[in-house]
Amino acid sequence: MPKTTHARPKSIILWTCIALLGAVAWGMVALARGEEISAVWLVAAALGSYAIAYRFYSRFIARRVLKLDDSRATPAERLEDGVDFQPTDRRVLLGHHFAAIAGAGPLVGPVLAAQMGYLPGTIWIVVGVIFAGAVQDMVVLFLSMRRDGKSLGQMAREEIGKVGGAAALIAVFVIMIILLGVLALVVVNALAHSPWGTFSVAMTIPVALFMGFYLQYLRPGRITETSLIGVALLLLAIVGGGWIENSSLADAFTWSPTTLVFCLAGYGFVASVLPVWMLLAPRDYLSTFMKIGTIALLAVGVLVAAPTLQADAVSDFAASGTGPVFAGSLFPFLFITIACGALSGFHSLVASGTTPKLIQKESQVRMIGYGAMLMESFVAVMALIAAAVLDPGLYYAMNAPAGMLGTTAESASQAVAGLGFSITPDQLAAAAKAVEEQTLIARSGGAPTLAVGMSEIFSGVFGGAAMKAFWYHFAIMFEALFILTTVDAGTRVGRFMLQDMLGNVWKPIGRVNWKPGIWITSALVVTAWGYFLYTGATDPLGGINQLFPLFGIANQLLAVVALTVCTTVLVKSGRLRWAWVTAVPLAWVVAVTFTAGWQKIFSDDPRVGFFAQRQKYADSIDAGTVLPPAKIMDDMHTVVTNSTVDGVLIAVFLLLVAIVIVNAAVVCVRTLRSPALLPTTEAPYVASQIEAPVPGHRKELAGARE
Amino acid sequence: MTLRHILDGLRWYVREFTGETAYDRYCERHRRNHPYAPVPTRREYEQLRTQHRETHPSSRCC
Repeated sequence: MPKTTHARPKSIILWTCIALLGAVAWGMVALARGEEISAVWLVAAALGSYAIAYRFYSRFIARRVLKLDDSRATPAERLEDGVDFQPTDRRVLLGHHFAAIAGAGPLVGPVLAAQMGYLPGTIWIVVGVIFAGAVQDMVVLFLSMRRDGKSLGQMAREEIGKVGGAAALIAVFVIMIILLGVLALVVVNALAHSPWGTFSVAMTIPVALFMGFYLQYLRPGRITETSLIGVALLLLAIVGGGWIENSSLADAFTWSPTTLVFCLAGYGFVASVLPVWMLLAPRDYLSTFMKIGTIALLAVGVLVAAPTLQADAVSDFAASGTGPVFAGSLFPFLFITIACGALSGFHSLVASGTTPKLIQKESQVRMIGYGAMLMESFVAVMALIAAAVLDPGLYYAMNAPAGMLGTTAESASQAVAGLGFSITPDQLAAAAKAVEEQTLIARSGGAPTLAVGMSEIFSGVFGGAAMKAFWYHFAIMFEALFILTTVDAGTRVGRFMLQDMLGNVWKPIGRVNWKPGIWITSALVVTAWGYFLYTGATDPLGGINQLFPLFGIANQLLAVVALTVCTTVLVKSGRLRWAWVTAVPLAWVVAVTFTAGWQKIFSDDPRVGFFAQRQKYADSIDAGTVLPPAKIMDDMHTVVTNSTVDGVLIAVFLLLVAIVIVNAAVVCVRTLRSPALLPTTEAPYVASQIEAPVPGHRKELAGARE
Repeated sequence: MTLRHILDGLRWYVREFTGETAYDRYCERHRRNHPYAPVPTRREYEQLRTQHRETHPSSRCC
């Protein structure tokens, strides 16, 4: 680490200006009332805060808390094998890490959370990332790097103990299943009854297969070339969707949610058992290119179009907790609805996966761990902007449950009026026509709302109103692409985890090259998330509205596990004084998840508590009456089953995570009582032989040889 | 900084990012460690890499 030097006057002036700009922007965002405010202020407030946090807080963590040491060889250097371990240029690794952590999550959560107004969401995204999300990512990355790239599960077992480790492992698996089910549900809701969307997303499969064969047989290793061809074909597929929509083939691509569920599950299974080069790898390249391109486009769009925010800063639902998109009060439900972008437990799996094995110098943990998460947070802010530029009437017409809105423009218009907003049936029809969809009513899940918001922003910059439909389907397609990439990668990871766990019981199933074992475990994983997907797609109360809280709680509980491991290691390694850096966000996220979980289990309000909901519908079944939005008695039984499963699942999650926390607390107390430090599993110090990179010099870096 | 520099930088980044340079690096490493063994062809190398991906799945977040 370079020695601390006294700050130069120029630097002091610069940082004072950034701080002032950020403060003014926050002031504008928070205090402007009664007039419409420009989204640019939101961007300025976020960027100013990120700059200050990165410059000061992440440096404090790097120097004081973690004591990053560039004279110490990283595993990439010590264990270099050209395959798993390889010192990689920090900017390249930042790109990889960002592409692995950012996907549809930061785009969906903020859109749903816009029901509370744009202000609470923005504050949580920015403050959450600075003090919790980025800290978690950075510390987990550091811990894994110091342990030769061990996974979160392994670290939990070694640092906390067998019981906590086993609980963590099961929790990770179950949480991943929920995650995949809910993400897939977002795709189903976006594509149902939309021939344009369905066609263009379906086309991604032949495009990926073509790329796979091209890379495997024609031009091995030419990834850039292949990806450019793939992106061109993808754009063609979006244009082609428009033709399909207006042709006699439209009916062939108009699929019901249930059909889509079976297609997605089948796709997930096939992608998990096929060789990676055929489908998974090319899709990954495609999704990464599209991801970075679209996010850059969105940033340019927001800055150039500078749209004004139509949503309230703080809506009435924030206080009353009676919002139609997700039930419950601001605390805790806002903080689980926005996970990715503020604090996402899933990142700890990425930060303890490939990235720690590729880091060239210890100090780069700051840029890659903290920096990449700030970038993801910025994506979330832009998604929130895209939702907040929409007219609130349209927002609720798209996001309230189908049972409340009915199926006609008139019924939806009335339901929205009942919520205290207004949109006429004509306006609703016109909005659907502008993006060439049959309807926008009850298109929940976040993706369609984001797509309408993005088409609004993009068409203001590129192409005008005529391009609106193209941009809408462009946004739908790239979100579906991200999610399907997550689903096929996740199914594969889940399959390996399951093979690993079951392999302890019955050896053959653990073998990674035994075909029946691969098929059985893949089918089990797909069936598990497929179950949640199916119940979500057919839930009379609205799948997203029911399942999204489960998803958020699951993701944040994973963050609890990760932060518990971080805090335990800080205490064990004699850094009790600095343990608050992870312990404070841990306490916060424990409060959030356990309050949310408690309310989901024990609340008397049937809109919030799963068991109260179950009771209400079960009583009604006994009385022989059908409660709306259920239409027939079968719907009533579905509600009872779903709410029982969801409630029990939350209870199981909380129990597993509580076991991890208690076990970790025991370890911490034992450490503090013991006169000497307990052994940790950190790899011993080896002096580094490679020079720290000098900023700006590209070609001299190790691991960046051309 | 000239346009040429920027384009060079961009090309370098894209090649590194996609892993296209990984083959060159692998060959260099191979020559250093096994000077007398023949260097694998690009096709062979890519097959090795695919094989590796097959057994090392990596998570993608949401």
